[in-house]
Amino acid sequence: MPHPNTNTSTSRRQFLKTTGGTALFIGTSGLLPTLISCSDKDRITKTLAQHELTAWVRLAEDGSLTIFNPAAEMGQGSMTSLPLLFAEEMDADWNQVQVAFSPQVTEIYGSPGWAPGTKLMFTVGSRTTNSYYNVMRNAGAQARYVLMYSAAQHWQVPLDELETEPHRVLHRPSGKALSFGELASLLQMPETLPEFGPDQLKDPTEFRWVGKEIARTEIPAKVDGSARFACDIRLPEMIYGVLERGNLHGSRPTLRNESDILAMKGVLKIVPFEYAIGVVAETLEAALTAKNRLEISWSEAPATGFNSQEIFSSYANRARSGEAGETVHESGDVSAALASAVKVYSGEFRNDYVYHAQMEPLNAVARISEDGQKAEVWVGSQQGPDSKLGVPGLLGIPPENVDIHLQYLGGGFGRRSMNDFVTECVLLAKEMAPRPVKLLWTREDDVRYGAYRPLSLQHLKAGVDGKGRVTALYHCVVGDGGNLVASGSRNDHYDIPNQCAEWRETSHGVRLKHWRSVGHGPNKYAIECLLDEVAAGEGMDPVALRRNLMARSPRALATLNRAAEMAGWDTPAPEGRARGVAFVEHGSLGTGICEISVNRSSGDIRVHRFWCALDAGVAVHPDNIRAQMEGGLIMGMSSVLKERITIVDGHVQQSNYSDYPLLRMNEAPESIEVDILPSSDHPEGVGETATPMVACAIANAFFRLTGKRLRHLPFTPERVREALAS
Amino acid sequence: MAQFELLINGTRHQVEADPGASLLWILREDLGLTGTKYGCGIAQCGTCTIHVDGNPMRACALRVENVSGGQQITTIEGLSEGGNHPLQEAWIAAQVPQCGYCQPGQIMQAAALLRQNPTADRETIRNYMSGVLCRCGTYMRILEAIERAGKAMTESKTA
Repeated sequence: MPHPNTNTSTSRRQFLKTTGGTALFIGTSGLLPTLISCSDKDRITKTLAQHELTAWVRLAEDGSLTIFNPAAEMGQGSMTSLPLLFAEEMDADWNQVQVAFSPQVTEIYGSPGWAPGTKLMFTVGSRTTNSYYNVMRNAGAQARYVLMYSAAQHWQVPLDELETEPHRVLHRPSGKALSFGELASLLQMPETLPEFGPDQLKDPTEFRWVGKEIARTEIPAKVDGSARFACDIRLPEMIYGVLERGNLHGSRPTLRNESDILAMKGVLKIVPFEYAIGVVAETLEAALTAKNRLEISWSEAPATGFNSQEIFSSYANRARSGEAGETVHESGDVSAALASAVKVYSGEFRNDYVYHAQMEPLNAVARISEDGQKAEVWVGSQQGPDSKLGVPGLLGIPPENVDIHLQYLGGGFGRRSMNDFVTECVLLAKEMAPRPVKLLWTREDDVRYGAYRPLSLQHLKAGVDGKGRVTALYHCVVGDGGNLVASGSRNDHYDIPNQCAEWRETSHGVRLKHWRSVGHGPNKYAIECLLDEVAAGEGMDPVALRRNLMARSPRALATLNRAAEMAGWDTPAPEGRARGVAFVEHGSLGTGICEISVNRSSGDIRVHRFWCALDAGVAVHPDNIRAQMEGGLIMGMSSVLKERITIVDGHVQQSNYSDYPLLRMNEAPESIEVDILPSSDHPEGVGETATPMVACAIANAFFRLTGKRLRHLPFTPERVREALAS
Repeated sequence: MAQFELLINGTRHQVEADPGASLLWILREDLGLTGTKYGCGIAQCGTCTIHVDGNPMRACALRVENVSGGQQITTIEGLSEGGNHPLQEAWIAAQVPQCGYCQPGQIMQAAALLRQNPTADRETIRNYMSGVLCRCGTYMRILEAIERAGKAMTESKTA
């Protein structure tokens, strides 16, 4: 028997005002009631007209729930952690939860964690769990409220006599109970919906699912080959696009053999870009073959003449010059404190460019209607500040005419927060409309036209008073990219009264982008290494020195003490090995300790063990936090020991894993141990805290083992041999 | 263009391709077996690892004419029915994947190892798996999962 509340017409959807001033919309579609929250009634109506089932959650009569994840899933676990928070407050049975990507509609699903009054869908900066923590819990609590209201109406009892247990609403006075599934066909909509502030949400001690060992929702699909990445999309009539972009960033191409290329079998069109030549063909093989045969003359570019390995001496001169840089942060009076210090330690640290090397080269699929008024894009993107990845602007059509189908990302690490590849694919698809185009970057494209973590130089000075206390820290960063080189130069958890960091800008015309942990990698390396030098110079233990500095930051101190305990810091390392320590603040707070050995003839550094203690606030999904720390440390070891992009006369010298090697399984450590400290504080990001620990921990261990300092990332065997011979 | 017959996951497929065409693109773009991924195209990353007559091979480096003579090609889709190979179960138990892109290649490489040597020690596993890259850094869990699966396979044989 059909129930009145299961009407499929959109006219039955009701618009509700909420007490918080925003609105929450309850709609029904088929048997699946939907919930979305939004602040603009017109937009809601439009959105619902466009997406039949758009919502935070769908509830079916069999009790199964589908919760929408608004964040990209690039391996960091958003497909589990965010829906888990929702389910917790909804009091759902996690075993009945399925997860799907939300539509890419920022007004509804955006995170408010960027700037007051704004919303963004943007999976970067380790902000997902941190910024969605209360959003997901509030939405889950509202879903629970609707279910309780509906039960109250059905039973004709006061709502405040109701309670929930997983997946059921109970009325204890009468002994009545209804499962969420049974309520699906009894839904009634309240006049207003409350906003649930943090004080009205569960206390962390009441969590049933959050903080427990929960299997990640998308892992089964990732072990049987069924997990779909954008490159796996196949559409009827689909054709293939590739671009030749050269290896001199910013260079303009002139194609010399256009007619030969157009005459090749399967080639459909040549599409010139300012910086590239595009080829579209019937098959991927044909497109790649044509790409290989392109004869292109490349113009000079701003990077012409730039040699990355020769630039450091000019950087060092800049760092030592009296020029005024841009102040990144300043507290106290560093100049005065350095002048009055009993001893000043200084050090210079360098780092080469590094490349993201995500395993899935960039790609996308786009289909644009013949009249150019509608677009669909399948893509693995970290999203971005532009509405619908900038596609509406690119095509001059309204956002509601663009559907972004977010797919799993085969790694992001910051590279997929730059949607240059989406733009390219859409422009090709526009040329070929209405045929869908799959754009593929080859690995060579991905390396050579990468957007790297910038090369930089850090010049640091630390002033120490007569009691061995660090009273001043001056930090000068020379490099290209503003915050890309400046982030992480600030120390909030070291009690150093006088601190100053400044940035001196350079520019070389090389493409740059956020790379996991951004400036924290090079800057924490420099800071932690200099502190190690202070410890050595003052005859202090490196952990003891940091303990003093953390006296006013008990949470940071707890990670240091725990890591030291895990590593047995006070016991000698095995023969031929040494340990080094580093502390990193990147939202969450972590201390890492490694144990290494060095092959003095080859120059190879081997990391044997790594211990890490972390305070991330509420640990929403602890096993995933451990996975992030393990992975971040391995990626750190890879970048610190092996990785660098070099540039000669503006040309990128690397092109594939053959000349840009990554750490392999046989080089992985014997063990990585992670301990997460208990906390009920607001959750902090965990994706970028581990990676910056590695360089300084290794360098500090290397000093204890050899008495030599490593001052240039990466620590390649030849640099290690040079350091040993110095 | 020429006709080739490929025996993949126990099924015969007729494909049209130019001699020299890479098996990887035929699997992915022509046959829709997209579990096998493209990573480098030069047999450096192992992401496209499949089995040819039980041996782990990089699909990107195989020419279609060299695998169309009746060789048994196995991709991740054909490794087990319903994704229940002991390695797949161990991968879930150890919660190995992060982004997941390299994992079909990792699992296919590991499956070849355990078929030859289910009691492989840690050093053997590390060396055997070193041709398959993982950028997310899941190596520690891959090791754990292979050891777990090897143990399960050995126990089920002796049971």
